[in-house]
Amino acid sequence: MAVTAGQRSWLLTDTPASAFQARCQRTYLTWLIFRTNPIAVAGLVIVLTLVLMALFAPILTGGNGLTQNLAGRLQPPSAEHWFGTDQLGRDIFDRIVWGSRITLYIVGLVAVIVVPIGLVIGIVAGYVGGWVDQVLMRITDIFLAFPRLILALAFVAALGPGIENAVLAIALTTWSPYARIARAEALTIRRSEFIMAARSQGASTFRILTHHVAPLCLSSVIVRLTLDMAGIILTAAGLGFLGLGAQPPSPEWGAMISTGRQFILDQWWVPTMPGLAILIVSLGFNLLGDGLRDVLDPRGGGK
Amino acid sequence: MAEPPVAVSGAPSGAPSSSPRLEAWRRRGAGLARVLASLALTFLGLTAITFVIGRVMPLDPVLAIVGDRAPQDVYDAMYVQLGLDQPLYVQYLRYLGQILTGDFGISVQTGRPVLNDLMRFFPATLELATLATLLGVVIGVPAGVLAAVHQGKLIDHVVRVVGLIGYSMPVFWLGMVALLVFYAKLGWVPGPGRLSVFYDGMVPPVTGLLLVDSLIAGNATVFWNAVEHLILPVSILGAFALAYIARMTRSFMLDQLRQEYVLTARVKGLAERTVIWRHAFGNVLVQLITTIGLTYASLLEGSVLTETVFAWPGIGQYITNALFNSDMNAVIGGTIVVGTCFVGINMLSDALYRTVDPRAR
Amino acid sequence: MGVGWRTWSRTLAGIGIAAGVLLGIAVQAATPPNMLVMGTRLDDIITLDPAEVFEFSGAEVTANIYDRITMYEPENLTELVGGVVESWEIADDGKVITFKMRPGLTFHSGNPVRPEDAVYSLRRVVKLNKTPSFIVTQFGWTPENVDELVRVVDDEHFQIEITEDFSPGLVLNALSAGVGSVVDELEVEAHAVDDDMGYGWLKNNSAGSGAFKLVSWNANESVVLEHNPDYRHGAPAMERVILRHVPEPAAQRLLLEQGDIDIARTLTPDQVKGLAGNADLVLENFPKATLLYVAANASVPELSDPKVWEALKYLIDYDGMATSFLEGQYIPHQSFWGSGLWASADAKPYTLDVEKGKALLAEAGYPDGFSMTIDSLNTSPYMEMAESIQSTFADAGITAEIVPQDGSALWPKYRARRHQLILARWGPDYLDPHSNADSFASNPDNSPEAGLTGVLAWRNAWDDPEITAMTAAARSELDLDKRKALYEELQLRHQTNSPFAVIVQQNEQVVGRAGVEGFVSGPSFDLVFYRNVTK
Repeated sequence: MAVTAGQRSWLLTDTPASAFQARCQRTYLTWLIFRTNPIAVAGLVIVLTLVLMALFAPILTGGNGLTQNLAGRLQPPSAEHWFGTDQLGRDIFDRIVWGSRITLYIVGLVAVIVVPIGLVIGIVAGYVGGWVDQVLMRITDIFLAFPRLILALAFVAALGPGIENAVLAIALTTWSPYARIARAEALTIRRSEFIMAARSQGASTFRILTHHVAPLCLSSVIVRLTLDMAGIILTAAGLGFLGLGAQPPSPEWGAMISTGRQFILDQWWVPTMPGLAILIVSLGFNLLGDGLRDVLDPRGGGK
Repeated sequence: MAEPPVAVSGAPSGAPSSSPRLEAWRRRGAGLARVLASLALTFLGLTAITFVIGRVMPLDPVLAIVGDRAPQDVYDAMYVQLGLDQPLYVQYLRYLGQILTGDFGISVQTGRPVLNDLMRFFPATLELATLATLLGVVIGVPAGVLAAVHQGKLIDHVVRVVGLIGYSMPVFWLGMVALLVFYAKLGWVPGPGRLSVFYDGMVPPVTGLLLVDSLIAGNATVFWNAVEHLILPVSILGAFALAYIARMTRSFMLDQLRQEYVLTARVKGLAERTVIWRHAFGNVLVQLITTIGLTYASLLEGSVLTETVFAWPGIGQYITNALFNSDMNAVIGGTIVVGTCFVGINMLSDALYRTVDPRAR
Repeated sequence: MGVGWRTWSRTLAGIGIAAGVLLGIAVQAATPPNMLVMGTRLDDIITLDPAEVFEFSGAEVTANIYDRITMYEPENLTELVGGVVESWEIADDGKVITFKMRPGLTFHSGNPVRPEDAVYSLRRVVKLNKTPSFIVTQFGWTPENVDELVRVVDDEHFQIEITEDFSPGLVLNALSAGVGSVVDELEVEAHAVDDDMGYGWLKNNSAGSGAFKLVSWNANESVVLEHNPDYRHGAPAMERVILRHVPEPAAQRLLLEQGDIDIARTLTPDQVKGLAGNADLVLENFPKATLLYVAANASVPELSDPKVWEALKYLIDYDGMATSFLEGQYIPHQSFWGSGLWASADAKPYTLDVEKGKALLAEAGYPDGFSMTIDSLNTSPYMEMAESIQSTFADAGITAEIVPQDGSALWPKYRARRHQLILARWGPDYLDPHSNADSFASNPDNSPEAGLTGVLAWRNAWDDPEITAMTAAARSELDLDKRKALYEELQLRHQTNSPFAVIVQQNEQVVGRAGVEGFVSGPSFDLVFYRNVTK
């Protein structure tokens, strides 16, 4: 990120002229700290690569990853097929590139579902307290006590296999820890002075929740989310591995391992390439999450 | 605590008070009652959700028994026999009543009481999970402490990256690769399964844990065979546990090492070793136990994927197979056992947390 | 990441080495010489009661435990001979058959095998009324009349009487199915609870007179059998037979290569190919009667036109599949009764011909194709086949969405006629063409209320009264040659006029360690014999 000298001084001045400038400053400072952490940057690079791969899939690949060629099946990696071909003669590189869209779709959708649910339940429980807290936390406990993959399996089995249902199932098993985090944050925040101040100025509970409590919970939730991304990808892959995730011929990575695993002895590349893809991407998210935690979470392992 | 583990239940609420002893006992009793009530509620929720899921599934429990080609009259007879003609809430209440008397019903897929199945499958998972957690603790904790002490140095990076890799690895893929390398190519470990097949049934099942049973029977051959079979799956699951534990240990330790008392101790000239292990580590012990407990609980869930790859007759595979076969008695029974472990371990580490850490009242 | 990976693998290797040194492992171990260990899939077994068994593995296991009334023996899989009976006589009208017991047989319990046991076994099947009971109840037997129609004559003889029109040859074939297994009445009744005829006990115990007896069945783990030293053909050489549940074909192959199992039963074609150069292993082929087919639900408007059925048959890449991922384990076959069996028709009129398929679709009024779902099992080779079919259908404009699922989700849908296209398999229940004709071709009542859920023609809402009539005529024809001709004609008509496209027939590939000999797998799923195995 190239920053000119003028921009830099604007970003680093001690006396920000506007709220906007102050916010930009905060972000920039965070970035400066983040940048010094090579592991976190590596994670960011991996995640960005994934996004670019998904974005430019049509340019990067020679086909859509679905074209079959029974005569040219199970070919080893070569100049023509970088990662070899699978049991139906499809190019594995193409499939992995197109599959990145599915992976992003899964993690994106799970995030979009999980964060609001977790935040709302957690904040309401923590801020309102009393029997509302009791009820909401008991529900959260029930979902926490459920064996995760089994709950996901059960939901997918009930709703029918498919990527949307897999996402829903994962979301249902993932939201509870977020509710706990948000509740814990809300509990500490609700006694803080600035909330008292806001209340004394006549702000409604709803306004306090949405404008003051939620934003403060968000950073720990985001850190947790990034760290969970790997878990989400792996769970989705696990569902695919058990035949309950994305459906053929779609190139979901877990499903690719699942159908390719019988070839591991003679055609190692068929399950190994998607296996490496999953490994690298979840590693990327983990590294990024680790770095973000160092930077965003003041109680974390930062400087 | 840097990253909250999956669950640390029941953050204490209510104002602290310093009342006389009697009051304290009364409160403790009330607290126990509340814990029991919430436990009962959790189980009610667990069973209800599982039950409803089981009934709305498009899988047909009758066909799971009578088979695809059954004529309609055979089908209808089994439908009534399973009590499926009753309203859902009647079925559920009836089932709850059975559970309370210790009767989990008959499993469709094994034709045996679910309780017997659980007593056979759960120990397999227990053995695996316990050893994997042990491995994770034995290697993960020192690695995490080391990394924290040498923060930013090479060893720290190695521990972090290795830990993250362990955490990011699709475990079923790693399992297959490991089998290929260590069993097929190198021949260091035996293949999938709990025992070589000709040792099957040679020691009478007492606990269901082969290591214990073979020792009870005094059969060293079976014992070593079981050990050999455990090496690979324990290493794979242990790698996962290790990664998580090392990572959490590092971050707990970093928290402590920044505290003033550490600085004070160092200034006072205490040996670095004492500072790290006696003081800092002593203080993270409680958090660490919570983390280890949670790791253990999540392993007890039975890793369906690992169990599939290693043909391990554990609870994860049992529940998954049951699910696919609409064997709801088995699914609910298994879920209750796993849920109990989870809640139990959670409560245990919670209690520990409260007794040891004064800050948590 | 490179460094991390290497460190990681070194750690793992280190653990392995440490453990290896510690234990002084000598892992390479052959199985004991008097023990046969097989790697296979056992997750379908839900019972081992011969009156209820209808699953592949369960049927195989019970076939080795129980001798049946009539049997096909491994020495000659094409000749129907007596099992517990020595001979039989057929009355002139073909309605009554009198069996003479083989003298001197005993059950595993030591009890003698009496005519009462045979009669009890058949009555038990009818009265318990479990899934496979239709194989004998089709003769007109009901729980009410079976005591009268299946009867003991004297110490050596028993008699059966049928009330429906069936060729006696067919009846004798049906008695060679699993439901013809003879159980030890005294032993079973000793374990009966209330009036359950030992149903609860026989699920996971055995009371037969066959070559092996059951030691244990641990669901999803193993089945252990012990030989019967007093078997009428002599004691089997293998004192123990262990079937081990190894669901992963790759794991099965590893076990076989390492010598931890003697025989691998469910390898994939590609794995069999990968083992080709291994001198320690021997491949054996056993043609099976199992068929894989695509069927169209005729109650779906687009799929009601016979022209569309024919178009679909031209849009399947039979050879492409058979020479690639199916190679060696499935052979092209297009009629409903497997090649190599009595009265089979081997004509294969269809090949992949996209132009012809398109033309037929245009004639039927769908020049641009249509959209359909294909229901399929979610395992190999169904998934690969579905994907291949999906791609050739697409060439003619048919957009097919694959709905892969587990059997327990697929069968309810199929039985309720809620599918559009389906890719499924079928194996005969006994080795008479009627077994398949009755399901593929005959549909006496196509109304949804009829609920003939076990009949494939009904499930696909297809009835051709002429073909149904032909089926009935063929089953009751007494003259063997005429009967054969009738079935051949029936298959050819069915091939071109039905919504069924039979694609391939199974060929079981069994790979064993060199020196393991005598394993026999017959054409139907319950004709697998362990008793002649030596090693």
